[in-house]
Amino acid sequence: MSASNSIDIKRCLIDTVLAGLISLIVFGPIVGIVLQGYSFDLHPQRLAILVGIVMAGRFCLSLFLQTAYGRKLAHSMQSKDSGVHVLPAGHKSALRFVIPVLILLAVCFPFFANKYLLSVVILGLIYVLLGLGLNIVVGLAGLLDLGFVGFYAIGAYGLGLGFEYLGLGFWAMIPLAMILAAFAGALLGFPVLRMHGDYLAIVTLGFGEIIRLVLNNWVSLTNGPNGIPIPGPTLFGLEFGRRAKEEGHIPIHEWLGVSYNPNAELIFTFVVLFIVVMAVLYVKHRLTHMPVGRAWEALREDEIACRAMGLNHVLVKLSAFMIGASIAGLAGVFFATKQGFIDPSSFTFFESALILAIIVLGGLGSTLGVVIAAFVLTVAPELLRSFAEYRVLMFGILMVLMMIWRPRGLVRISRNGYAIRKGVKP
Amino acid sequence: MDGIFLQQLINGLTLGSVYGLIAIGYTMVYGIIGMINFAHGDVYMVSAYLTAIGLAVLTFFGLESFPFLILGTLIFTIVVTGVYGWTIERIAYKPLRNSTRLAPLISAIGMSLILQNYVQVSQGARQQGVPTLLEGVIKFHVGTGYVQLTYTKLFIIIVSLVGMGVLTYIIQNTKLGRMCRATQQDRKMASILGINTDRVISYVFVIGACMAALAGMLITMNYGTFDFYAGFIIGIKAFTAAVLGGIGSLPGAMLGGLILGVAEAQFAGLVNSDFKDVFSFSLLVLILIFRPQGLMGKPHVAKV
Repeated sequence: MSASNSIDIKRCLIDTVLAGLISLIVFGPIVGIVLQGYSFDLHPQRLAILVGIVMAGRFCLSLFLQTAYGRKLAHSMQSKDSGVHVLPAGHKSALRFVIPVLILLAVCFPFFANKYLLSVVILGLIYVLLGLGLNIVVGLAGLLDLGFVGFYAIGAYGLGLGFEYLGLGFWAMIPLAMILAAFAGALLGFPVLRMHGDYLAIVTLGFGEIIRLVLNNWVSLTNGPNGIPIPGPTLFGLEFGRRAKEEGHIPIHEWLGVSYNPNAELIFTFVVLFIVVMAVLYVKHRLTHMPVGRAWEALREDEIACRAMGLNHVLVKLSAFMIGASIAGLAGVFFATKQGFIDPSSFTFFESALILAIIVLGGLGSTLGVVIAAFVLTVAPELLRSFAEYRVLMFGILMVLMMIWRPRGLVRISRNGYAIRKGVKP
Repeated sequence: MDGIFLQQLINGLTLGSVYGLIAIGYTMVYGIIGMINFAHGDVYMVSAYLTAIGLAVLTFFGLESFPFLILGTLIFTIVVTGVYGWTIERIAYKPLRNSTRLAPLISAIGMSLILQNYVQVSQGARQQGVPTLLEGVIKFHVGTGYVQLTYTKLFIIIVSLVGMGVLTYIIQNTKLGRMCRATQQDRKMASILGINTDRVISYVFVIGACMAALAGMLITMNYGTFDFYAGFIIGIKAFTAAVLGGIGSLPGAMLGGLILGVAEAQFAGLVNSDFKDVFSFSLLVLILIFRPQGLMGKPHVAKV
């Protein structure tokens, strides 16, 4: 033990030189030589900086892994992370203090927020909704869904097309979009969920792309890349614009007899969205206590054992998949309402990856973590506009590092424990 | 037989042989560690850029004759892409060998995003291209019209068949190939018998990347243009080819590639070319429903 405690500088240096060589080969052509038509420009400075960073990083890592703490960390990473922490029975979550504060904040928020802040927060809440939906699928049921954006698009286009062809509005589309998305989820999930889990990832990836391609190419129905307009939300037939757009409608400020507030529509969207998020949080909380929720987690941990116990794995997985999809459809309706106009470019694979990054950062299966991560990952890019170019790169690095460092996410997931009720035989 | 059918058959075979090459990377990795390597499509994309860079640099140094130019670019692309394959495996998958089942998949998605954005930031978002290297065309008269087979397409079909042949030889007849097959059959047993399975897994990633590099070079020669997003769609299609042939089966991947390429080209030619990607993805879903083990694969058996 004492011999292995000393730090072997020679090995560190060898590691560093090797890492430098590899990074020179890897980065050399792509970073150092930039194509200009059929010719090229040299950028040796950029390359030198990148290789320098890699070498310095590798040196520090080598040194760190040879310290006592580093060795312990490396050892803990090699062993399989058992992960889920089970709470004692009857445990009360800290969330019961957090939620009243959140509600209070949400009630006060519209009074002092400006238009920009409102729209950023609405976007954040939409991603909270998406994160919660995907978290049921990926975090609780352990099904990797890479086409989540497809269901989101179904919700958003459901509102747009429903209004254009059937005259359906915001309120009618909320349940309809959920049903539509859940139905699409069932149609897609049923055949695939029977098989080994990894196939689902690639099929959903394909599905997300199919939806986008259809929206883009079926010009006669969806107006293709030009997009479609979305009606503003109404409240019992009252509109939020300065003038009523439809015959017989009156704007809400005239009906109330107050002066026109340009933020009214956003405030209304915010309020409804907040209530919906709270409802989804509650439903998700109850689901994890119900047999179906516990079956999801059990299937995630050991499918063979669950099937041996008599769980119908297809139906259990399908329920998670459909619930996740319906929440995405719901989020799509709000997204479309907030934007007022949608086109297929809002529903690329990048969106799916962003939602995945949210739940990876927040912790697979954790609710609070996902809510925080959704705000961090959607609001931070708004503040750091100058790094917009590197946004996707950051998400990618985040996903890889999180998987290596903490595959279960930043916030530790805890599962409810249950005690046998008094008077009931075990 | 009418002209469009024959023409699309040629286009399909060209495309399909390249799909087959990429599908090899998916199928070998899946066979050995049971993981879908989502970053594989982007490795192909990187190799397309490397091809263009290799061509530009070699032309700059005055190499003009076609065989030397293409051979130099080929070696450069394959070596560098192979190093990419190794590095990606080392960084994103190796530390996760004993982790949860989802972890390597998410890590692979992350790697795919990293590669896309890294190329976008360093090379710019605009489309890139390479000059036409092989001029010339063979024309056949069929019925009223004619069918043309460009030298480039002929070259692609021949080179990819040679590539597949070389790979089959390596897997069937060399020590490395035996190690790969042993690890694929039973990883634990192979390591008991003295095979360094960790290293074999790295080799498999490198082999997959080299095949993707070959594919990248050939496709780039055919289409002439590419961008940083090119790996995504081709990646899914190659995976479809791997599933069609039976995932884990090497000849299956090649056959699946050819079938998918031809089917897609016929659909584009005879039905609607706007929806050809939709057709391929739908095919993937249908195969998974009706024949998940593919044409040449074995049914999946869950082991405790």
